[in-house]
Amino acid sequence: MSRLNANNELLAKEVIARYPIKKSALIPLLHLVQEQNGYVTSEGMTHLAELLDITSAEVLGTCSFYEMFKLEPVGRYVINVCGTMSCQLLGADELIHHAEERLGIKVGATTDDGLFTLEKAECQAACTEAPCLQVNYRHEYRVTHGDFDALVDRLVADSKKNGSAVIPPHGTLSETRQHIPAGRAVGAVAPDEVDGAPVWLPVDEPEETA
Amino acid sequence: MTPPNDTEASPTVSITINGAAVEANPGELLIDAAERHGVYIPRFCYHPRMNPVGMCRMCLVDVDTGRGPGLQPSCMISVSEGMTVDTESERTQRAQEGILELLLVNHPLDCPVCDKGGECPLQDQTVAYGPGESRFVEEKRHYEKPIPISDLVYLDRERCILCDRCTRFASEVAGDPLIHFIDRGNETQVNTFPDEPFSSYFSGNTVQICPVGALTAEPYRFKARPWDLAENESTAVVDSTGARVVLQSSRDELVRVLGVDSDAVNWSWLSDKERFTYEANRSEDRLTDPLVRSESGEFATARWSDAAAFAAEAFAVEPDRIGVIGGARLPVEGQFMWSSLLTGLGVNDVDPQIGDGLDLDLVRSLPRATIADAAAPGGVVVLLCGDLKEELPTLYLRLRHAAVEDGAALIELSARATGLARYAKAKLHPLPGSIDDVAGALAAGTLNEAVGGVDPADLAKVAELLGSGRPVTVVVGRTNLAEDAGLITRAAAALHELVPTAKFLPALRRGNINGAIETGLARGRSTTEILRDAAAGEIETLVLLGADPLADHPDRALVSSAFDMVENLVAVDTFKTASSARADVILPAATFGEVDGSFVNLERRISPLRAKVTAPGQGRADWMIAAELAVALDQDIDVASLDDVRAQLSAAVPAFADVDWNNMDRGGDGPLLGSSGATGPSLAEIAAATSVAVPAVDGYGLRLVVDRKLWDLGTMVQQSPSLAHLAADATLSLAPADFDALGVDQGSTVTLSGPGGETAELNVSASRDLPRGVAHIPFRASGFDVGTFLSASTAVVDVRVNAG
Ligand code: SF4
Ligand code: FES
Ligand code: FES
Repeated sequence: MSRLNANNELLAKEVIARYPIKKSALIPLLHLVQEQNGYVTSEGMTHLAELLDITSAEVLGTCSFYEMFKLEPVGRYVINVCGTMSCQLLGADELIHHAEERLGIKVGATTDDGLFTLEKAECQAACTEAPCLQVNYRHEYRVTHGDFDALVDRLVADSKKNGSAVIPPHGTLSETRQHIPAGRAVGAVAPDEVDGAPVWLPVDEPEETA
Repeated sequence: MTPPNDTEASPTVSITINGAAVEANPGELLIDAAERHGVYIPRFCYHPRMNPVGMCRMCLVDVDTGRGPGLQPSCMISVSEGMTVDTESERTQRAQEGILELLLVNHPLDCPVCDKGGECPLQDQTVAYGPGESRFVEEKRHYEKPIPISDLVYLDRERCILCDRCTRFASEVAGDPLIHFIDRGNETQVNTFPDEPFSSYFSGNTVQICPVGALTAEPYRFKARPWDLAENESTAVVDSTGARVVLQSSRDELVRVLGVDSDAVNWSWLSDKERFTYEANRSEDRLTDPLVRSESGEFATARWSDAAAFAAEAFAVEPDRIGVIGGARLPVEGQFMWSSLLTGLGVNDVDPQIGDGLDLDLVRSLPRATIADAAAPGGVVVLLCGDLKEELPTLYLRLRHAAVEDGAALIELSARATGLARYAKAKLHPLPGSIDDVAGALAAGTLNEAVGGVDPADLAKVAELLGSGRPVTVVVGRTNLAEDAGLITRAAAALHELVPTAKFLPALRRGNINGAIETGLARGRSTTEILRDAAAGEIETLVLLGADPLADHPDRALVSSAFDMVENLVAVDTFKTASSARADVILPAATFGEVDGSFVNLERRISPLRAKVTAPGQGRADWMIAAELAVALDQDIDVASLDDVRAQLSAAVPAFADVDWNNMDRGGDGPLLGSSGATGPSLAEIAAATSVAVPAVDGYGLRLVVDRKLWDLGTMVQQSPSLAHLAADATLSLAPADFDALGVDQGSTVTLSGPGGETAELNVSASRDLPRGVAHIPFRASGFDVGTFLSASTAVVDVRVNAG
């Protein structure tokens, strides 16, 4: 099933209820689709369109704008090697080349076993730790070729230990899910019904005017 | 939001454009202010009927608001006091050259084979403001050449300059955001979701506003070059909105229809039906010669004079044994001539509606609203009518804009949720047969109990909106063809009683129906009564004026038996239709785009119809046909030209007394007709005289809701090759709860049984647009003729649906 499953549909409804305009929930929900399927499926986008009362074209428009949403299946681990200046000066090109050799694929491709997708990325804001890479957006710093091989071995081993993996499969942003208790929720007030300052801003009570 | 306090603001803003001091309106965009004062700033993305987005940067000009000159996009900046603008400075020119060089980086130079070549803003502005040559030598981006994004529109992504006009139109104006920018950066493209085409009823507008040749319309592709086109301004006649159009022809053939920006009516937009049904003019099925049925029963072509003489014989019976149906297709002049002819003959029964309209006494006595009244900011609009998106799509756009942008509150009082439901503040969907009770409860203020299945809370909400003192407009039409029109009469009268200041916009769909009413081509027995009397042998001669009751009248059986009984059936038509094919004589008429004339829209606004091409064969203008018959019948009607007809009309009918026939559209919008001077019964009297006996709901049945789709089996759609296949399927829809109770899958076949024991097999689906207890089937849809289930003699139609 590449639409949201029943559990995730419930979650989706919880997320939607946080916003005064349903459509605002689109990006969190795209992540949810990606978490369920590893990538954003067509059926998933259509399902979101139904839930958010927008068109599938609008969902695709937003989804395709963002690099992190994959519209095609990717490996369980997406490895992004930084190729921007600091990393490049400290051996990113060689690291990428090594990665290609080790995984047996070109940048942009996925290994046959579906475990790894290799990508070249722009600066990952860790320039002091160059050269660096990310596995499913989790950083690895000052990566040597040996480190890379060890990383791959570890990920292969991890992938077999169902459940206790250190790095969750591609699509899972965080293992703790945000849940806003009813008492602390700001609530969904439609923008044109807001007549004061945002509720979370402490404001002085205006003086009564006669 | 608080309105700006402008009590002290000066009524105008003084600015300087290219050294000249000019006065602009407060809040006006610089690009508009400059244009009003004769300075055209080049642009691609800006469109005066849509919100500015500043996408293309072509409108950059040098603006100084006191902080020194700098480049500002003139479509995004409002005028301010003391602003100095230079649209010709060196800085402006360099910006224009730079923007054009940038836009042309990826734009193919395929102008010689591009439909837009010769009328292309990118081509024209490159010549006028471009750098002359490009420094770009790299490969341009490539896409598959034109891809169909709908049945009617092709998209060539290589030519697109990403101005966001089409996509903005789709979401902002039409409310059908089925095209969108996809991907990003250099890869950005306009596209649809895979396998979800841009099937908007308004898709043709995107072709008209695309500033390059990226979007092309299937009916016009490679048909003509702009410099070959000759054009004439006219009015769209497929429905009663009367959208203003330009007709363009090449080699005496209509090849394109464009929308004209009429402030009062269509704001430059058209539905695809208004835009593309010109194709029907050249359909192979057009009647080209008069046809007379010979002894053997076959049609034979005849000379006009012979056919007219033949038709005239049919009129040689007692005048009250003659009935005339139709007339809404005719221009005002033709209607008036027919009306005069019938008056001369003493014929007193003519109805331009085909049993699917409203009580004409009601229409005549309603205080009329204009479209601008209905779409006024902050107003309240009651939609006591069918689905305007399907029936009067250009009016739908205006009302949608009023609700989305201008704070108008829409209230639906209809059989089901319509295309405007998502913008409505309140929705009442009573069970068929009880719409007048609901309006009556509102009028009486009895809001505590459910009526017709409507929740009291919803009633209260509507009562509050109607009582809020905001101006109220009621759009009144048929919300359900399976329901007696008298219920709408009573509901309209109740609303008028509740809000005496309310104005009404009659949503009668059929073309120039309002012209027929104004010119007197609507009197005496109604179409249904005529047909009934015909079936009873009391009508000898039935005249069809561009009407096809066999397909259009809701009661199929009644029309058939009427046709069987009459002695003479005379048809004036442009096509051989189901009805005219049964006539004894058919006189071929010239039509839209082929004759000069005029049109009265649902506001009573008169606007010109102009000829652009010649009619095929021997088709004649309707006024000439009437005149020809008058001669054959020895009637004393003396007209030799259209001007004669108009002079007589102005003299005879007060509403037309002041029409300046040769300058109807001077200044853009046609004028509203004068008062008709007629005094009929009051709304309350009409309602009191209207009684409808609605049977009680039986526990097992469902009540039928039948209404129209834009794409149906109607003649104009079917005779337009690009549109014919779009006709909606006759699917049976039920409210989700009723659907679940049936226990079948979406799309499976079920059996529908009617009150007279008739049955039909139909595909069924669940629809959230429906209240419980009803079964919905579109009228004149493909696959099943629901007319066979309708009867003009019952107030509602109860059906049963069984699985399998
Ligand atoms: S297709 Fe035409 S209207 Fe649409 S964004 Fe491209 S250039 Fe603009
Ligand atoms: S350059 Fe690689 S992280 Fe910034
Ligand atoms: S017209 Fe102003 S930015 Fe496009």
